Amino acid sequence: MAAMKRLFGRPEALRDVPTHYCPGCPHGIVHRLIAEVIDELEIREKTIGIAPVGCAVLAYNYFNCDMQEAAHGRASAVATGIKRALPDSIVFSYQGDGDLASIGTAEIVHAAARGENITVIFINNAIYGMTGGQMAPTTLVGQRTTTCPDGRDPRLAGFPIRISEMLATLDGAVYIARASVHNISHLLKAKRCIKTAFQVQLNGEGFAMVEVLCACPTNWGLSAPEAMKWVEKNMIPYYPLWEIKPLLKEGVVRD
Amino acid sequence: MPKKVIMKGNEAVALAMRQINPNVVAAYPITPQTEIVQIFSSFVSDELVDTEFVTVESEHSAMSASIGASAAGARAMTATSANGLAFMWEVIYIAASLRLPIVMAVVNRALSGPINIHCDHSDSMGARDSGWIQIYSENAQEAYDNMIQGIRIAEHEDLKLPVMVTMDGFIISHAMENLMVLEDDKVEDFIGEYKPQYPLLDIENPVTYGPLDLYDFYFEHKRQQAEAMRIAGRIIKNVADDYEKLSGRSYGLVEPYYLEDAKVALVVLGSTAGTAKACVDELRLEGKKVGLLKIRVFRPFPYDEIIEALKGLKVVAIMDRSDSFSSFGGPVFNEVRSAILSLERPPITLSYIYGLGGRDVNLKDILGLYHDLEEIVFSGEPGEVLRYLGVRES
Repeated sequence: MAAMKRLFGRPEALRDVPTHYCPGCPHGIVHRLIAEVIDELEIREKTIGIAPVGCAVLAYNYFNCDMQEAAHGRASAVATGIKRALPDSIVFSYQGDGDLASIGTAEIVHAAARGENITVIFINNAIYGMTGGQMAPTTLVGQRTTTCPDGRDPRLAGFPIRISEMLATLDGAVYIARASVHNISHLLKAKRCIKTAFQVQLNGEGFAMVEVLCACPTNWGLSAPEAMKWVEKNMIPYYPLWEIKPLLKEGVVRD
Repeated sequence: MPKKVIMKGNEAVALAMRQINPNVVAAYPITPQTEIVQIFSSFVSDELVDTEFVTVESEHSAMSASIGASAAGARAMTATSANGLAFMWEVIYIAASLRLPIVMAVVNRALSGPINIHCDHSDSMGARDSGWIQIYSENAQEAYDNMIQGIRIAEHEDLKLPVMVTMDGFIISHAMENLMVLEDDKVEDFIGEYKPQYPLLDIENPVTYGPLDLYDFYFEHKRQQAEAMRIAGRIIKNVADDYEKLSGRSYGLVEPYYLEDAKVALVVLGSTAGTAKACVDELRLEGKKVGLLKIRVFRPFPYDEIIEALKGLKVVAIMDRSDSFSSFGGPVFNEVRSAILSLERPPITLSYIYGLGGRDVNLKDILGLYHDLEEIVFSGEPGEVLRYLGVRES
């Protein structure tokens, strides 16, 4: 009997362990997309990931490649050091909005400005997840969190930051995209963005980042399906999707 | 009437902050401190305080905003833990040298790495020479009381120094305890209205904060800072006396426990003092001459009080909930041992590093430790001076 064709399985770049993420949390989805891309590009044995501080702090337990834990907000600076020391490696940082868009804004801006040849996956769920649902710089106006129980008031707390648009103004940033994983079609497209961001690095072209809009059902106080709908209804209108800064040059193979 | 409540340490500190009603609070969440600021933000939202509340993007900015607010003449407060305190590093020195009376709660947590969220004192011990007054709390009651006294101490006209009030992460911050809290107006009266000495925009008295200060005056300014710290002990005691009249609770720079006739003793900071007191009680019932010295105020270092408390003892174990890696023993050990060397017959001193990264220390551990100290009294052989309690080494 001929061997059965394998249609679906766990990517090699993802370890076979349960994650600590809450039910309905998209971190696992994004982990998987990254792992599939790493497998497809056959780069697992030269990939180094940087884990952040935040809900994804334990990401080093889930990715089946070498990982380094960075101090809060410093992931893209740590990634810079690794990439400079090991230029043939593929270096990605995985950072949330508390990490990248808040305490680590200096690091991300300057990594992009220097055009560091790294790939950044930025998870935007409009809240500080791990510390229990406080207002983030990405929290939408009117959105309730534990530190703005009446909803974010722009007179007190300003407006949510569109990090991707901000970084897109920097010449060192080669590819910036914003994706969402709230349904299958968006999820598949998100994977293409992530793959492009790794290909940019493989081609030595410079800084690439994919912002992924994610739900946080636990801290938003919604069920998982409601939270996915909330992303579509509230986040996407404020954070427009897809190529914020498309590739200018030819030569990058895209799916 | 003072009220008896059941609260976690974080709730007690947030309550103290509500009663203090500072003009500005700038903070960034970090486990296990987050809850303080989160609870406080609900007071802001419910208009129970008049505070300008700033959700800054990092601790570096939390302390910088507190510095700006304090220089502007505001009563400014914040709270942090571990890496948050470390990230404030350059600015905490500036707060102290600009003589800005900021009061900050530090919920003790082990400093990375490896990353850890549980209690030890590696965060605040690292800041021991930053020029901040440091008050360590044994339980939620003390954390509450220390926060309120902290305002009076920091703002005293002869000091104008920032104050760090610490409590052990999770052990105190997240554990429910009974405590007595004061009425809002009593706290308001006790801390009084804040009258800044040299605020910005006092048009008749223009000022510049933090200008370049080279070899011409930097040294004199540092000497003044040291002098303020030198007299701070007396002021902390005076504030404690006033607070005792209000609350009935007595505080000193240190707290001796059954030391009068003790042969052996521990020196501890923070929540471990509570565990050790229970051990002393038990051993005293067996007629053992054991005691305890709790250090409440570590900065300024209560040199004279420690010498007085430890004279006549045979063996003293000094407990450090942080390691200094390169020096001879932990920071508390170093300073206590150095102080008591001026005694004619100083006790034998041992350094115990314990409880790093939240490693629990329980009654059995401390009873065993007292037993070891008594053995040393009996044998006269101190053995190894630098010791670790509760670590796996084989």
